[in-house]
Amino acid sequence: MPVITYRQALNDTLGEELARDPNVFLMGEEIGVFQGSYRVTEGLLAEFGPKRVVDTPIAEEGFVGVAIGAAMLGLRPVVEIMTINFILVAIDQIVNHASKIHYMFGGQVSVPLVIRTPSGGTGQLAATHSQSFENWFAYCPGLKVVAPATPYDAKGLLRAAIRDDDPVIFIESLALYDTKGEVPEDDDYVVPIGVAEVKRQGTDVTVVSYSRMTAVALQVAQRMEQEGISVEVVDLRSLRPLDRPTIIESVKKTNRAVVIAEDWYSYGVTAEIAATIQEEAFDYLDAPVQRVAGLEVPLPYAKELSAASKPNANSLIYAIRQVMRGTKRLR
Amino acid sequence: MAEIAEAAQPLLERATADELKHYYYQMLLLRRFEERAGEMYVKAKIGGYCHLNLGEEATIVGLMAALTPDDYIFTNYREHGYIIARGVPPGPVMAELFGKETGVSGGRGGSMHLFDRKTNFMGGYAIVGGQVPLAVGAAYALRYQGKPGVVIAQMGDGTTNIGAFYESLNLAKIWKCPVLFFIVNNGYGMGTSVEAGSSEPDLWKKGASFRVYGERVDGTDVLAVRDVVRRLRARAEAEGEPAIIDAVSFRFRGHSVIDADRYRDPEMVRRGRELYDPIRKFSTLLLDHGVVDDAWLKSVADRVEREVQEAIDFANNSPDPKFEDLYKYMYATPVPNTPTAEDAIRAVKINHGEF
Repeated sequence: MPVITYRQALNDTLGEELARDPNVFLMGEEIGVFQGSYRVTEGLLAEFGPKRVVDTPIAEEGFVGVAIGAAMLGLRPVVEIMTINFILVAIDQIVNHASKIHYMFGGQVSVPLVIRTPSGGTGQLAATHSQSFENWFAYCPGLKVVAPATPYDAKGLLRAAIRDDDPVIFIESLALYDTKGEVPEDDDYVVPIGVAEVKRQGTDVTVVSYSRMTAVALQVAQRMEQEGISVEVVDLRSLRPLDRPTIIESVKKTNRAVVIAEDWYSYGVTAEIAATIQEEAFDYLDAPVQRVAGLEVPLPYAKELSAASKPNANSLIYAIRQVMRGTKRLR
Repeated sequence: MAEIAEAAQPLLERATADELKHYYYQMLLLRRFEERAGEMYVKAKIGGYCHLNLGEEATIVGLMAALTPDDYIFTNYREHGYIIARGVPPGPVMAELFGKETGVSGGRGGSMHLFDRKTNFMGGYAIVGGQVPLAVGAAYALRYQGKPGVVIAQMGDGTTNIGAFYESLNLAKIWKCPVLFFIVNNGYGMGTSVEAGSSEPDLWKKGASFRVYGERVDGTDVLAVRDVVRRLRARAEAEGEPAIIDAVSFRFRGHSVIDADRYRDPEMVRRGRELYDPIRKFSTLLLDHGVVDDAWLKSVADRVEREVQEAIDFANNSPDPKFEDLYKYMYATPVPNTPTAEDAIRAVKINHGEF
């Protein structure tokens, strides 16, 4: 099976979907002439022309609203927001409009819209360019939120998202764009929205993660095996709807759980997962659920401070050891 | 100059007697519908917020008279009259205000969120300015698909102060979207006057820096509104040229049913209702031109009274939405791990203390 990057998987899928359905078009800042701030849309303007690959001015609220209105008339816009930090400018259109329109109008119209955007931090992008807001959207009924961790899932979930009739927030990661993985050719598979996957089987502890933190969890799981700890990795893939049964089934088997996400600790994704485990698998737990998340500061620029504020393999290993001992979290 | 030429034409060259009578009937229907809706609100048959179109009847009927079935309409939350004048019967509209399953949005939307797919009435929106980019997007889709028609982005005067309006003007112009920005200028955004809220109180000028043409029209003159919409609609459809229409009218009551309107001088409001009542103006015009007589006016009043009463009866006799349908419209494409009808019933039982 060919091995390609996460970026290539996205680029291939966008091209294939543009070729498959004339109602699909791309919209975003610098996606055409500039070929994409992170080169995800590279080559697509040349191949499909300016009607299908639309460069927008810097007006996220306006062009996200335009995409929603166009979707209401049957087009299938795929919008790129350069990074998730800028999505806040468009949040009224997403939360007060896209997520409500199908339900609030009694199912008479749908919004087949995809918004792709990278979340999380990398390098030294500092406080306003390193945030994770997927939980804001996962909070909102009416949206679907997916966050693939591998090139295979990126392709399958992007296909599913574009072919879905509801608004889908598609979370990418700057740190994943260059990661590689196997992706089958000539195979029109989709990864279903709302379904998690056990990415690695284990018996001692369940690590629940998504997007880049799944990549971290899989690396850590390998290392922990050398310490004699068998780690099961549940990759959420979708944050809304959340596949609670897969999480619970795993925890019932391993009796221990660590949840890791790149967003801030309080009110973040890890809190929702930990609450779910407490509600549905309390009697199966041999230790309190451990959470690993970002430290609660506006991310500093200075290299060492910045790196220290984000969860990494070490923080996950620490949490796994804590949960294996059955001890409570230290602050 | 075009508008002056329009106004100088003899009445019966501007519209047939049947058309004029129909406009009058529609305006009176909206008037009585809203007056009765206000009553139903006070009786607690209608919940939430309820914003009436009183005083705006000529603006609405004139707009709708100029549109074709190909056109799409996005409005703000003061929209009962728009959906009725677009051709939706008053019964399902009143039923929506009552929160009934037979309502135009299945009882899920309410007064501020009316919708009708069949007539391209694309919704009332209750976040000020939110509908404007959506309307540009619909116009974008028409252009993308090579379809005829234009899109109306209706809004109040207060909306011209929000950012989404300006981003929409810019995008509509650079992308050649057939959209009309239709401002219902009744002089007040809730309790804030146009002059207090807008550095440019001539709202039709607000597209200038986007090179979007604008025009002001007397929103209490049904024919004037119709003619300006027709003219700018044709240009929008043919050339993808957006435009602003600033339709000035007089708000008869407070911002919403529960607004006591204490910030406006009562004497000014009393005089305004006399001077700027579009229905009184229009009936006088029709009588003066011998298009109708008093007996005809009386018969229309009776018909409207009956039709609005029938709408109220329809709403009263309609079923509420079912609890098991709570999640019915959650998603257009079903996906796993979403709540079911059984989940809804279980939660509702607990909510009702049935455990």
